[in-house]
Amino acid sequence: MTTTLTSQKEILPPPTERFTILGWLKKNLFGTWFDAILTVVSGLFIIYVLYMGFRWILTTAQWAAVTDNLQLYMKGQYPASEDWRLWLLMYLFALIIGLMWGVFLRRAEAVGWILLAVPVILALWMVKLERAAWLNLLIMDAAAIVGYFLGRRYPQRLQRPTIILILLYMPLVILIVRGFGESGFLPLVTTNLWGGLLLSLLLAIFGIVFSFPVGVLLALGRQSRMPAIKTLCVVYIEIIRGVPLITLLFMGQLMLPFFLPAGITIDRVIRAAVAIIMFAAAYMAENVRGGLQSIPKGQYEAADAIGLNGVQKMVFIILPQALRAVIPVLVGQFIGLFKDTSLVALVGLLDLLGIARGILANPNYIGRQLEVFAFIALIYWVFSYAMSYGSERLETALGVGER
Amino acid sequence: MSEPIIICRDVHKWYGQFHALRGIDMEVQKGEVVVIFGPSGSGKSTFIRCINRLEEHQRGTIIVDGIELSHDVRNIAAIRREVGMVFQQFNLFPHLTVMQNITLGPIYVRKWNKDKAEEIAMQLLERVGIPEQAHKYPGQLSGGQQQRVAIARALAMQPKIMLFDEPTSALDPEMIKEVLDVMEELAESGMTMMVVTHEMGFARAVADTMYFFDEGQVVESGTPEQIFEHPQEDRTKLFLSQILQH
Ligand SMILES: Nc1ncnc2c1ncn2[C@@H]1O[C@H](COP(=O)(O)OP(=O)(O)OP(=O)(O)O)[C@@H](O)[C@H]1O
Ligand SMILES: [Mg+2]
Repeated sequence: MTTTLTSQKEILPPPTERFTILGWLKKNLFGTWFDAILTVVSGLFIIYVLYMGFRWILTTAQWAAVTDNLQLYMKGQYPASEDWRLWLLMYLFALIIGLMWGVFLRRAEAVGWILLAVPVILALWMVKLERAAWLNLLIMDAAAIVGYFLGRRYPQRLQRPTIILILLYMPLVILIVRGFGESGFLPLVTTNLWGGLLLSLLLAIFGIVFSFPVGVLLALGRQSRMPAIKTLCVVYIEIIRGVPLITLLFMGQLMLPFFLPAGITIDRVIRAAVAIIMFAAAYMAENVRGGLQSIPKGQYEAADAIGLNGVQKMVFIILPQALRAVIPVLVGQFIGLFKDTSLVALVGLLDLLGIARGILANPNYIGRQLEVFAFIALIYWVFSYAMSYGSERLETALGVGER
Repeated sequence: MSEPIIICRDVHKWYGQFHALRGIDMEVQKGEVVVIFGPSGSGKSTFIRCINRLEEHQRGTIIVDGIELSHDVRNIAAIRREVGMVFQQFNLFPHLTVMQNITLGPIYVRKWNKDKAEEIAMQLLERVGIPEQAHKYPGQLSGGQQQRVAIARALAMQPKIMLFDEPTSALDPEMIKEVLDVMEELAESGMTMMVVTHEMGFARAVADTMYFFDEGQVVESGTPEQIFEHPQEDRTKLFLSQILQH
């Protein structure tokens, strides 16, 4: 027998705990007596709520008010002959989501597949959908899958195009939904025909696309050394932040006509959009200001020292850092803005909530409030949660707050 | 002697009621290396930052490369093109790569095309000894490497004058030398330099003239030899004895 070197310490793997369901339960849910009681009580409560919820959804509730009017909820009176534009935008949307998922969120596989499956499941569930809608949903899925695989294949090269596509998408939506000219390729669809979820989303998009630059300018103005500009910005921000959005909406609808010369009318959707933009811009400005204040003085000095002028300093040095720092806050604000658009229902516009109120006024659907509001609440939730989830993933992928 | 490249006459500066600079006179020749030292709060930073107008002086004149510093924005822009600055805290742009940090000025201020700017940036990175870091972000570099990038960034504008405000004070001891070496090489190449530092070894080896600042005034100035071997003022002697002990 040969002797081996025994004095040398072996390289050992770290000790592993064998994962067992029972072990996990014991550790996390029944660690102490108090934990055990909490677990049982809250467990019972959850089961009770789920039971009541499902019982209501499946037996008591009558979904006709929802299923009969899906078209209205989705797009209001938007003419059926122009539906293809909306679907086209949806394909593009799916493609962008797929790309983002492929390029940035490569680790979130399972969630991605669930997201893909949702349209299919929805289609199966809502039996009332016609064949065209089925087909369209399938094309959306296909677009998302194509985007995903492209994104996976060329993550580096597609990073920039994807971001540009996201930025271009919003103006594109407005252009295609609205159209132009009397007839021809994209005939104008006047805003009084926009409705339902379509209108809610459009108002949110208008709000985001325009309030963002205005907010940035206001924030910069507030930091300006020129007293006139500074005062103007401060006064604007503080006044707007001091009033509720609903008052701005009412003022836009009722008071604006008095200020305009006779004969000139601005359409009601635009008026509402302007009120939302004005409102959101003031808050945007305050958020951006927070970002600006987080930039150390040395950054300004270094930019000055290499001779950049004021605009270059802001565009290349200060704003990129300031905005990056406040992305999470801004996304939160965008989500709030999307939900706030529901206030336009109170000034008579037919957004998702407005349509819901209209449908409930129909004698056929008397007493179906719960179903209808549950349905639109679900829609708001799905969109808000998707935004928040997506942005969170994007922030991790872009390393926000790391550098 | 030809016309000095920096002329300061009776420069005063107040922060509110506080009289931070109390009549500084200084002339710097082309290619001269000036070292400024003195106790904390004596106005060294304030003075050097007046040279490229990061601070505004309120009385007296400063003339840099024949241009008098005034409120005229064009004058300030012209001077900043000719004067590079290196800060104690590096102040690199954290959202840009090393290469982008260096080429930003040349591309947008000097209006060079990108290829030329990148070529020169690469040469500068080689000169400061870190060509392999070109595509990293500042946060991925050590302090000494960051400060060398900052030097390269200032040099990329091809300035006639370089200002250094305590360039090694924020560095760990083992990184100080790599930065001082770069500065020494720069001085030998004939660059006009104004350096605030307490690295007395560097001053002795490289400085042409040293200025001792205290309470917003120049207490004493002279060659390193005069300052180190025959200081005239008691305050200078006291300060030197304090910092040379270490
Ligand atoms: N922005 C400012 N506002 C008010 N006082 C200032 C400001 N900057 C500097 N001071 C004051 O001016 C004096 C000179 O400051 P300066 O930074 O020039 O000193 P320093 O010689 O560079 O000191 P250190 O060695 O600590 O860097 C100090 O007393 C300081 O408190
Ligand atoms: Mg200082």
